[in-house]
Amino acid sequence: MVRIVLYLNQFFGQLGGEEAAAEPPRVLAAPVGPGRALTGLLEADEAFVGTLVCGDSYFADHPDAAAAACLDLIRPLEPDIVLAGPAFNAGRYGVACGTLAEILQRELGVTVVTGMYAENPAVELYRKQVVIVQTGLSAATMRDTLRTMLTLARKLRRGETLMPEEHGYFSQGRAMPAIAEKPAADRAVEILLAKLRGEPYRTEVVLPTFRRNAAPSRLGDLRDKLVALVTDGGLVPAGNPDNIESFAATRWGTYDIAGAERLAPEDYEVSHGGYDNRFVRQDPHRLVPLDAARQMERDGQIGRLFDKFVSTTGLSNPIENSRRLGREIAEYLRQQGVQAVILTST
Amino acid sequence: MTPVAEMVGSHRIVQGSGIVHPLGLASSTPEEERSLRDRILARAVDALKTDVDQPTVFK
Repeated sequence: MVRIVLYLNQFFGQLGGEEAAAEPPRVLAAPVGPGRALTGLLEADEAFVGTLVCGDSYFADHPDAAAAACLDLIRPLEPDIVLAGPAFNAGRYGVACGTLAEILQRELGVTVVTGMYAENPAVELYRKQVVIVQTGLSAATMRDTLRTMLTLARKLRRGETLMPEEHGYFSQGRAMPAIAEKPAADRAVEILLAKLRGEPYRTEVVLPTFRRNAAPSRLGDLRDKLVALVTDGGLVPAGNPDNIESFAATRWGTYDIAGAERLAPEDYEVSHGGYDNRFVRQDPHRLVPLDAARQMERDGQIGRLFDKFVSTTGLSNPIENSRRLGREIAEYLRQQGVQAVILTST
Repeated sequence: MTPVAEMVGSHRIVQGSGIVHPLGLASSTPEEERSLRDRILARAVDALKTDVDQPTVFK
């Protein structure tokens, strides 16, 4: 028997709406909500063995504890397959499904498939580690989505190779060996001709997409604000103490400027292989404008300059990694009470 | 490089004076260069005080 467990949030698990979002995880033996639809899709050698339900806010507020509790509850069910969600466009639910899927795969070696709408923020967070079926925006497509999730889980268990486009899940960014019918030059010319003729074509190199974040609202006044200088131009103290790489940087550093009026050229160097940096080495203010910012501080145009400048190197960096660096820097600056950033970029 | 900043979704963008010295100008006098830097920084402060709903280049 192939043992199947379903993970649902409080809403689909029928504990309640937002008022039940703080419910800790529990196991329900009988199928509820989407679980009923799922039981109708099972083959003779498959058994539905339980539903794990957890409130979205509970999971979001205590992700580590929630994941550990879910793991403890699921383990005795001895599942072969866990279907998580689908979460459609629900952000907290999506993150819970992604987190749980990743842990179940790692800790129990279980086959896990989840499902989400393309703009669910959890897609970007988990698509590399977890098979996430592309769903519609709402639960109207529940039955079809469950069928796709189940089908993919069966194929994964059998060790079949899945292809994102063919099987309707989000690309995991893996390069897979395959034999093409024609050499690359022929394919490229065919694509170009199709493009010129206005015919449909499919690129073989999909460019990264950039998710749009909401614009931070304006600051009415900077005269009482703590302002930080940040750069991705690779300015570092002489000797590059944090070993920030000159391309595809994995690190960022904070460098003391408390009380300093100027950046002396001999105290700094540039770790960036993407531009001719002799001008910045001659005068670091051409990248990190400490002199002008101190003037603004004296003139009262900004409240105070943060005591450190933050630096990393923006060159040949995978988007994913750049995002992480940005997130870490933003978290750090927020913890330090910084309210505005001037980021200078080469 | 402002088109790149727009493409990736930066909201408040101020054009610098060049890739090799975004806040400087090696070919000018030190005084002119400093005044250019002051102007770019002032523009950045203005941008922070302005509401935007999409990537915007402040000129």
